[in-house]
Amino acid sequence: MAYQDIDKVPLIEGDQTFSSIDRIIADVPLQQKRHNKKSWLAPTGVAFIFVNILMVTVGWLLYQGIGIWGNNIPTAWAFDIVNFVWWIGIGHAGTLISAILLLMRQQWRNSINRFSEAMTIFAVMCAGMFPLLHTGRPWVAFYWLFPFPNILGIWPQFKSPLMWDVFAVSTYFTVSLVFWYIGLIPDFATLRDRATNVPAKYVYAFLSLGWRGSAKHWHRYEQAYLLLAGLSTPLVLSVHSIVSFDFAVSVIPGWNTSVFPPYFVAGAVYAGFAMVILLMIPVRKMYGLEEIVTMKHFDWMAKITLATGLIVAYGYSLEVFYGWYSGSKMEHSLLVWRMDFLHQPYSWAYWSLILCNVLIPQMFWSAKARQSWPCLIIVCVSVNIGMWLERFVIIPMSLMNTYLPSSNRMYYPTIWDFSMFFGTVGFFIFMMFLFIRFVPAINVFEIKDLLHKLHREKASKTEEAVATTGGKH
Amino acid sequence: MAQLFKPYANVIARTSIVIGGMLPVIVGLAAAAYSRSPYNTKVEVPLNQPIPFSHQHHAYELGIDCRYCHTSVEKSGYAGLPPTETCMSCHSQIWTNSPLLEPVRKSYEDNTPIQWNKVNTLPSFVNFNHSIHIARGINCNQCHGPVNDMQITFKGHPFMMQWCLQCHRAPEKYLYKDPDSHSLREQVFNVYWKLQEKGVSGMTPREQHLVKGEEQEEDGAKDVAEGKALVKQYGVKVQQLADCSVCHY
Repeated sequence: MAYQDIDKVPLIEGDQTFSSIDRIIADVPLQQKRHNKKSWLAPTGVAFIFVNILMVTVGWLLYQGIGIWGNNIPTAWAFDIVNFVWWIGIGHAGTLISAILLLMRQQWRNSINRFSEAMTIFAVMCAGMFPLLHTGRPWVAFYWLFPFPNILGIWPQFKSPLMWDVFAVSTYFTVSLVFWYIGLIPDFATLRDRATNVPAKYVYAFLSLGWRGSAKHWHRYEQAYLLLAGLSTPLVLSVHSIVSFDFAVSVIPGWNTSVFPPYFVAGAVYAGFAMVILLMIPVRKMYGLEEIVTMKHFDWMAKITLATGLIVAYGYSLEVFYGWYSGSKMEHSLLVWRMDFLHQPYSWAYWSLILCNVLIPQMFWSAKARQSWPCLIIVCVSVNIGMWLERFVIIPMSLMNTYLPSSNRMYYPTIWDFSMFFGTVGFFIFMMFLFIRFVPAINVFEIKDLLHKLHREKASKTEEAVATTGGKH
Repeated sequence: MAQLFKPYANVIARTSIVIGGMLPVIVGLAAAAYSRSPYNTKVEVPLNQPIPFSHQHHAYELGIDCRYCHTSVEKSGYAGLPPTETCMSCHSQIWTNSPLLEPVRKSYEDNTPIQWNKVNTLPSFVNFNHSIHIARGINCNQCHGPVNDMQITFKGHPFMMQWCLQCHRAPEKYLYKDPDSHSLREQVFNVYWKLQEKGVSGMTPREQHLVKGEEQEEDGAKDVAEGKALVKQYGVKVQQLADCSVCHY
């Protein structure tokens, strides 16, 4: 594709009207036959196979216990916690786009917010599975995790970030879900009005909660949406800060670093944006959404990815500096354990992480790379791999290097560690494709609103031009 | 097309908000009430036994010492359940033809133990030791309820962890010293002799609480002060008493 001056690319391409937007977006879930072809069935089918792998893994895990994983002392936290942190991070782009960009009145968010919010919800679902299954007995996890006046007469440890984590993640999930649903109500009403299939009409009518689009409805809607955006905004920062406290407040070398909260939040947004780009590219193509999600969106998302990537790179440099500056023998040995590629067995993880997260994304400095599909895909895949490796380097690798060298023991994942991880990836993709099939993947009424604003802007510019030249109309 | 929903859908929607909001609270409270109710805990619910053995008759009216049957209570974690021979030490002489005692005689003849139903159960991950509690002068009824009043034995207290922790977190409220007994071990059982001699009305309020197996009252400021002194004297390590590993090891 030829290189374009991004300032000249509009947010909505083509000659759009309100009804053409309805046709482009709202008809995707209404015309169910459109999905019955390979482009939908193939990825969904493959993802469903992985959902089954996930279910087998979980079943075997519940029967056999978490001994089927490679976790063992001293590495009590391994793939399960790595995947938890990775998935929670993926979700962060959705919240950032929906909340912070809304409060900053960034109009370009309207084309991608619904999609990335759905990603947030499914990513948090995947994330939530890991700590629950990490307990081995999720059916009793409720009384281990939630504080309530129980017959044991004891409470969870309120001084522990693990406890805060429970609140952070459950709040995050609830607020994200409500936020997403509230934003969907006017669109469900549109689907209800456009649907010809009677059962579908009833389902969408039920979901739209009696929305009639009166001025009062819109007023209430705007207030509720703004309030929820206000609630979600601190969550973007707090959730991953608290996740990072799980590590930062401990005394494990490689964990107790004060830079962790901002560095984790930046990493989360980094991975999240990379995932949005990665999933948006094929979906936009499959459903002909190119005119709504334009090159401008990808260019800007790539810029955010680059910016957060630089913060993360700064975090890596601080980790090295901190390890050296601490003067602690254990911190030094951790640096050697991570970085000595000649002798240390897992140093490849550290160096691949640097390659994936620091070096490859530098491509995004070039405007041409930001507009090239292969470059976007390569960078985003490498960022997602890199962010996973980052958690692997931080979590199990720090635990393998203990204060008591005689306890040091290698950690090796088992086949069940992998099946669990790829199973959740399959679950995530499966849910995303269901979402695209049954829910409008782009916010219909926000796009209409945006279109209206763009038209008005154009009109007022013409008027200004007429006024300055002294012309009369 | 006509309206999809009739106006009463609004009523249903509004009601469902109220019900949906209240439901988790109601379910939570119901679960809490159920788990604490005698239906679940079996507190004060008499448990049928193969032989209608009465503690009230044997321990209170006849004045047989607890240790006559529960022989190992002072020395072992397990209080001990009497073998049939213990029953027969009397019942080979008295009530020898009582039909109620037929299972006892049969057990003695066949040399097969009587299958009593367990009244007080603890999960296997909890270790409870009778001997240390006796050695610190903790009265039987304080945990087991008014055993000397029971026709058919029932559970006196729910044995939930929060119940155990009341004492393990504040032992000064429960420790006491009987001025008439020579040792802590002796005072545990002396209470019952006093009960027989003087009756409930002749005992001190503290002793009345003990034999009734009631919860310690909060107003006993004098008792608590004494209890604190006893905690010190006996070397009870309060800071460790509620550690997980005290009972779960």
